[in-house]
Amino acid sequence: MPNVTFIEHDGTVHTVEAELGATVMETALKNDVSSIVAECGGGCTCATCMVYVDDAWMALVGPPSADEEYQLDSAFEVKPTSRLSCQIKITEALDGLIVRTPAYQGR
Amino acid sequence: MSDTIKTDVLIIGAGPVGLFAVFELGLLDIKAHLVDILDKVGGQCAELYPEKPIYDIPGIPLITGHGLSEALMEQIKPFHPTFHLGEMVTTIEKIGDPLFLVTTDTGKTFECKSVVIAAGGGSFQPKRPPIAGIEPYEDKSVFYAVRRMENFRGKDIMIVGGGDSALDWTLNLQPIAKRLTLVHRRDDFRGAPDSVNKMRALVAAGSMDLRIGQVSELEGADGQLAAASIKDKDGAVTRVACDAMLPFFGLTMKLGPVAGWSLEMDDELVKVDVSTFETNRPGIFAIGDINTYPGKLKLILSGFHEGALMAQKVHHYVYPEKRLVFQYTTSSTSLQKKLGVV
Repeated sequence: MPNVTFIEHDGTVHTVEAELGATVMETALKNDVSSIVAECGGGCTCATCMVYVDDAWMALVGPPSADEEYQLDSAFEVKPTSRLSCQIKITEALDGLIVRTPAYQGR
Repeated sequence: MSDTIKTDVLIIGAGPVGLFAVFELGLLDIKAHLVDILDKVGGQCAELYPEKPIYDIPGIPLITGHGLSEALMEQIKPFHPTFHLGEMVTTIEKIGDPLFLVTTDTGKTFECKSVVIAAGGGSFQPKRPPIAGIEPYEDKSVFYAVRRMENFRGKDIMIVGGGDSALDWTLNLQPIAKRLTLVHRRDDFRGAPDSVNKMRALVAAGSMDLRIGQVSELEGADGQLAAASIKDKDGAVTRVACDAMLPFFGLTMKLGPVAGWSLEMDDELVKVDVSTFETNRPGIFAIGDINTYPGKLKLILSGFHEGALMAQKVHHYVYPEKRLVFQYTTSSTSLQKKLGVV
């Protein structure tokens, strides 16, 4: 199974195994990455699962869809590498993915 | 303060579980009023999933959040529930055995024999931007809602956000503002196209300002804002004078006043008896996502079940002298009369 590394804003690092086809958000919740809130449970409607994709991975992960970009309007400290983790699906190609989490998801 | 509204049951929360509770109570001749902090019914189904599919409602392979809310509204029509939207219940006071006096944040009061808390994840409240030192300004010069437009007349107003709330208030307040600045993180808006066009026309005419960036710092004293700094995507900072700010970043669920109602809780959830869904306070019930018990699953279907059992116990409080005979809607003439189908 592919690995994903979450680096939380306080420096806590979680390197975890991720199920193929699952989302980065689901992977975070399964592994107690507490700075991913995911209030809407993966509906792309709440913007509380934002991550900053590591620069080296941004090209592979790709930009947000228009719908996701709209949702990012209700997130804070949005950067060019911001993505909603519920919208990133784990593939073999993402083995080793690194994402960072913000200090605040709106709650 | 208005006159106290008398009803059998007050339901807190008009999400799917609160709506279906009206049905189960209605079959037992129990009348209900509902209070919800949102300006629409449907709860999370309306706020978070209006267009998203739900696959686990028994007998309905696929329905959207909006579709489910609409269908439930149709189903409970025979029972004529009364809705009080855009209000939040703040206090529940016991005044009888059981009789409750319930108050909302607008000062409305209800007298009821039972209270049913169907508040889901709590109350939807505005997201607060993580700007250092924003707290002292809140409710003095930083507001998350417009209560009275007149309070904004002649002010340097900064509105932050890119959705319909931000655009609507931009268009409503621009005519009475001294100067209005709309701040959004990107030069693209998700609001209604007509509102976007009107806003762009005002900017083009020089009647308001649009700045692309994120608010990074506030300046002011004693709760009175004087200016805000806007950081653009290249990190350049611009200082903009403003004496009122309205950030619109959508809503988030907070437990809210439930915590202060002397209910036994477990990790922000209300503990209930699984045979009645009554809390530790007799006459106060909790159904749906807000409650907890061994084996609890946060499913809409579980909330429906909880509502049916709750109604049985509420019947004892509303009609203590009446024996309750269990009946089916399929075969009971009396239930069908209540539903208006015979």
